[in-house]
Amino acid sequence: MLIYSLIAGVLFGLYFTLIGIGLNLIFGVMKLVNLAHGDFVIVGGFFACALFAAAGVNPLATAGLLLVPMFVVGVVIYYGIVRRLRLSRDAEMLSLILFFGVSKIMEAAAGLVLGTSEQSIPSFALGAGPMQLLGQSFPKTWIYAAGVSAVAVIAVYVYLYRTKLGILTRAVMDNDDEAVMTGINVDRICAIALGISLMLAGVAGVFAPFMLGSITPAAGVDLSVAAFAVIVIGTLGNPLGAMLGGIIYGISLMLMQTYMSSWANVLPNVLLIAVLLVRPQGLLARQVRSA
Amino acid sequence: MTSPKTSLNRMLRDLCFVTIPIVAAMLILPSVYSNQLLLFNFVMFMTLAQGLNVIYGFTGILPLGYVGFFGAGAYGFALSVMHLNMSPVLAFFAAGIVSVVVGLLLIPLLRLSGAYFAIANMAASLALYQIVSNPDLAPITKGPYGISLQGVFSPSVSYACAVSVLALSMLAVSWLRNSTFGLSLQAVREDPISAATAGVSVARVRAIAWLISAWLAGLIGGVFAWHISVFYPDSVFDLGISISVIVFTLFGGSATLLGPLLGVVLLYSAYNIIGIGVPQYFQIMYGVLIVVLMLFLPNGVMSIFTSRGFRVP
Repeated sequence: MLIYSLIAGVLFGLYFTLIGIGLNLIFGVMKLVNLAHGDFVIVGGFFACALFAAAGVNPLATAGLLLVPMFVVGVVIYYGIVRRLRLSRDAEMLSLILFFGVSKIMEAAAGLVLGTSEQSIPSFALGAGPMQLLGQSFPKTWIYAAGVSAVAVIAVYVYLYRTKLGILTRAVMDNDDEAVMTGINVDRICAIALGISLMLAGVAGVFAPFMLGSITPAAGVDLSVAAFAVIVIGTLGNPLGAMLGGIIYGISLMLMQTYMSSWANVLPNVLLIAVLLVRPQGLLARQVRSA
Repeated sequence: MTSPKTSLNRMLRDLCFVTIPIVAAMLILPSVYSNQLLLFNFVMFMTLAQGLNVIYGFTGILPLGYVGFFGAGAYGFALSVMHLNMSPVLAFFAAGIVSVVVGLLLIPLLRLSGAYFAIANMAASLALYQIVSNPDLAPITKGPYGISLQGVFSPSVSYACAVSVLALSMLAVSWLRNSTFGLSLQAVREDPISAATAGVSVARVRAIAWLISAWLAGLIGGVFAWHISVFYPDSVFDLGISISVIVFTLFGGSATLLGPLLGVVLLYSAYNIIGIGVPQYFQIMYGVLIVVLMLFLPNGVMSIFTSRGFRVP
C-alpha cells in the first residue's frame, strides 16, 4: 500500500511537473501569472477526446499534432495581448485578471462547441491493461503520461541550458531591462516562451482525461492552482525545481488519497500556503527573494 | 495634507450627495420594483465592491480569494442560528466576527508580495471551501448538502439589514478617502519603503484595512445567508464572485466612492439582461470585456475624469 502510493505519487508528480513547467516558464520570463494555463491543458484534452471519438486517433499522435498549432496560438496571444499588458503600470496584478478573462472566453467557447458535460477516452486508446513496475501494477496510461512528461521536462532543461535561444531566455528571466540593453529581442524571446508553454500545456492535456478520470470545461482553474502550487514548492524559473515540487506534490497527494481520501483535495492549497509562508523562495532557490 | 476641517467637509459632502441618496434609493426601490431578490443582489455586490475597494483600492493588495470572507460570514451566520440558536440579528454580528477571525488567521499572508499574495489568498479561500464542504464534517456544516434556514426567513428585515451594511461600507470608503489614515494607506500602496521612512507603520495599516475589508464581506455574507435561507457551499465560496467584484471595482475605478457602484450597476445589469438566456454568450463577452479593460482602461471609467483633473467622489 505504502510502496504503491509512493510510486504512483512519483508518476503523478512527473505529470504535474509537466503542467507546472509551462506556467513556470511564463512566470520566470515575463513575471505574469497565466491563470488560463489549466484551460489550455483542458483544450488539449478535448482535442484528444474528439479526435479519438471521430477517427480513433491515438492520443500520443494527437500530442504530436497539437505541438505546432499550440505554439502558434502562444505567439499570436503574445503579440495580440500580452505585449501590451507588459507595458502597463502593474502588469503582474493585471495579468491575473486578464488571464482570468481569457480563461472565461475559452471555457465558454468550449461549452458552446462541445457542451458542458464530462468527456473521457476509454483507456484502451493507449493500450489497455496494467503494467508491472517494481512489483506493483499500475495502469499503462499513467506510465505513458509520466514517461512523456519526463522527456518533456528534460527537453525544456536542454533548451534552457544548452541552446543559444535558451541562454537568451535565461538572460531575460534574470533581468529584462539589461537584456534589452545587450540587444536581445525580448519580445521575440517572450513570444517563444509563451509558445513553448502552450505546447507543453497541449501535450499535458492529451493525458488529462486519463490522469484526472474525465475533463470538463470548468476544471481549468483547479489545474492552474495545482500547477502554481507545484512551481512554488519547487522554485520559480527553475525546471528542476518544478520537478522536485511536482514529485513532492504527487507523493503527498497519493498518500492523502490512500489514508485520508476525503481531505485529499484540500492538500494543494494547504501545501501552497505553507510553503509560501515558510520558504517563499522555494526549496531549490539560491538567494532569498524579498517578499 | 488638507486640514481636518476640509476633510470633514468632504466627508459630509460625500455623505449628502452620494451615500444618503443611494441608500435611500435602495430602500425605496423594493416598493416600486417587485423583484426583491434582484435588488438584494445589487446591494450585495455593491457592498462587496466597496469592501474590496477598501483593501485593493487603498492598499493595492489584490485578494483573489475575497469570496472566502463572504462564505465565512454566510456559514458563521448559519452555524450560529443552527447550533447556538441565536436570533438572526445576533447571528449577523457573529458572521462579522467569524470573518474577522478568518482575516486575523490570514494576516501572515500580507507579508507576500504581488501575485504571491493573490494566489495564496485564492488557495486559502479554496481550502476554506473544501473544509466546509467536506462530507466528513456534515454533522456540523452539513457538508456539500447545503444549508436550510427557513425558520428565520424574513426578507424585508434582511433586505434593510443589507442596505445598512452597504451604508457602512460607503462610510468606510468615504472615511479612507478623506482621512490621514486613508492617506497613509495610499502612501503604502504607492511606495511602502518611502511610507515607512515617513513614519507609517506599514504592517499595521495594511492589517487594519484588511480586517475592515474582511468584516464588511463577512457581514454581507451573513445577511446573504439570512435573505436566501437555502444555499450550498459552492454558491457562497464561488471564486467567480471574487473576480466579478474585482472587475466591477476596476471597471468603475478603484479608490473612489462612486466607481465601484457604477461598475456594479452597469455590468451586473448587463449580466441580467444578456446572461440569463445563453450564459456562454455572456461569458464570452465578459471575458472580452475583462481583457479590453485590462489593456486599455486599467484605472476604470472614473479615471477618464480624474486624469483630466476633475475631483470625483
